[in-house]
Amino acid sequence: MKAVEVRELVKDYGNFRALNGISFEVNEGEVFGLIGPNGAGKTTALRVIATLLQITSGSVTVFGYELPGEAGEVRKIISYLPEEAGAYRNLTGREYLNFIAKFFGDGEKFQGMVQKGMEIANLGERINDKVDTYSKGMTRRLLVGRALMANPKLAILDEPTSGLDVVNAQEVRRIINSSVKAGTAVLLSSHNMLEVELLCHRIALINDGIIVASGTAEELKKEYGAGNIEDAFVKAIK
Amino acid sequence: MIGNIIKKEFKELFVVATLIPIVVIAIVFGLVGQTIGNVGERMEEKPVIGIVDLGGGDFSDIAMSVLMERAGVIYNGGDAEAGLEEVRDENGVALLVIPESFSQNIYANHPGEIEIYWMMRGAGMLDSISSSVVEGLIQAVNQVISAKLIQGDSSLDPSLVLNPTKRVETTFFKGKEIEGLSASQLGNILSSQSIVIPIVVMMLIIMAGASVISSMGMEKENKTLETLLTMPVRRSHIVIGKMVGSALVGMIMAAIYMVGFSRYMSSFQISDINLADFGLALGVQDYLLVGISLFVALLAGLALCIVLGTFAKNYRSAQTLIFPITALAMISMFITIFKDFDTIPVVLRILVFAIPFSHPMMAMRALMMDSYPLVIGGIAYNAVFTVIMIAVAVRIFNSDRLLTGSVQRKAGLGKLVWGFRR
Repeated sequence: MKAVEVRELVKDYGNFRALNGISFEVNEGEVFGLIGPNGAGKTTALRVIATLLQITSGSVTVFGYELPGEAGEVRKIISYLPEEAGAYRNLTGREYLNFIAKFFGDGEKFQGMVQKGMEIANLGERINDKVDTYSKGMTRRLLVGRALMANPKLAILDEPTSGLDVVNAQEVRRIINSSVKAGTAVLLSSHNMLEVELLCHRIALINDGIIVASGTAEELKKEYGAGNIEDAFVKAIK
Repeated sequence: MIGNIIKKEFKELFVVATLIPIVVIAIVFGLVGQTIGNVGERMEEKPVIGIVDLGGGDFSDIAMSVLMERAGVIYNGGDAEAGLEEVRDENGVALLVIPESFSQNIYANHPGEIEIYWMMRGAGMLDSISSSVVEGLIQAVNQVISAKLIQGDSSLDPSLVLNPTKRVETTFFKGKEIEGLSASQLGNILSSQSIVIPIVVMMLIIMAGASVISSMGMEKENKTLETLLTMPVRRSHIVIGKMVGSALVGMIMAAIYMVGFSRYMSSFQISDINLADFGLALGVQDYLLVGISLFVALLAGLALCIVLGTFAKNYRSAQTLIFPITALAMISMFITIFKDFDTIPVVLRILVFAIPFSHPMMAMRALMMDSYPLVIGGIAYNAVFTVIMIAVAVRIFNSDRLLTGSVQRKAGLGKLVWGFRR
């Protein structure tokens, strides 16, 4: 079964067309990257799949559940990490993980999730401090822990290392990779081409709401005769 | 330089969204003021009364001459029943009955009794203006008779000379006949209810409403809303959870506020009248109805706040959005303090009924007068209002609106520019 199947997806905001008939698939256990410049439509695509935005036309299914009709079922198996996500500032890191974990289970399942969230976040004793006191990197690690602690079948990550320093970004990529090994499919967006090459099994290049090319990093580089994905992308949108 | 900053600040703050609520509230307050009327003019007006003079005699004649001169007399006859009917039909304030023994009693060193039958129509502060004018009229009768006594027989008891008349009062209000209380006394008792309860309700609504709107603003400002909306939980549960959480915070805050306020108000309490003696005490079921009325009004207010909160872009804009709620609560409060629901014009009555917060403000007073339809109707209206508002809120939560914000057309480009990331 495909983790995600997007067919001819169109998303309009009033008279403005943000996505113009994009199609792609994400396989189970795969990291699939949507890459493109700011305003290309990456976040819109991720928000549609995360059940946050309505579909104008086309179809989206997540592990066989069709949107928007089965959005409730989809929400049980996905986890979405927005690019500029925050956590409740008056809660401690642990309280925040507790709050989220309660949506997914109780008893041992709940305890296991919170434990896993704390391990991923790796904040030590600071997990008991209020989120308000965290640095940007600490907050992002907490949010990555939140996103992956419930063992989602599909993790939708929007610019997962946005704003992080090299060390924190590398740690987040390591966490994502270990989740994939545990069976999670990942759909991520980024405009960091190096990150995409490091993380993704397959890539779709998106520009002005249209997917201009897709394939593995090697296939794309070969197709456009480029030394790296960045050059391949520039050639693809010309 | 400074002009540049002033210009920027003005442009940023003086926007249509800020102006509209102020203009609407100004219009509503203007309308309220106009419909309530001019208090000064009403104080100057002659009170409309009926008189039944059964007495004859010197003092009765003196009383009649004062009353005829200073009041608009719509009935002057010998039949109390007919007089009452006339006063009731002609919207009079009171029927004054001067009994046969009036003058004889005064000459015999006893106060002359004046029977006063008050026709009370409303329990708001401004509703008692007419009865206050009649109280002044009776005081004038007293003074003229005192003056006559001072000029005459010096063997009379000095206290009688100073207070030669005594009132025996009955008040008719909303189908109830309350013996032993004047309209002013009854008005004072009901006014104490009509000040404290509206203020409690207003504070509760504002505190709880501010919590829920701020919560929406903070969700957007802290970027937590998107995450919450992808959780496996029904949108209606998110809406109701926010409402109940805010209601609890609002109730705690209002309770703390009211501890201080009730002590402040009790310092003005001078009445030692037992309401049960006059059939005005509330039963258990009445208090239950007041509680239900308050609860559904709170839910209605919070549901409205959730809908307003969806327009909040951040914590700061959320503070602005509480203004319409505050204004509505204040309009309800002022109208219910100053006027009775039954004595305001129809347009204002519709407005008061339509504002959910008015109902608990009016409930206690209405129940004292057995006006159950108003209270139960208000509860039903607020329940329907709440359900509609929750449905609207859930619909908004299910739409793109929460995340996408509003669409703006950028001048000169002819292209839509959006307040969100693509």
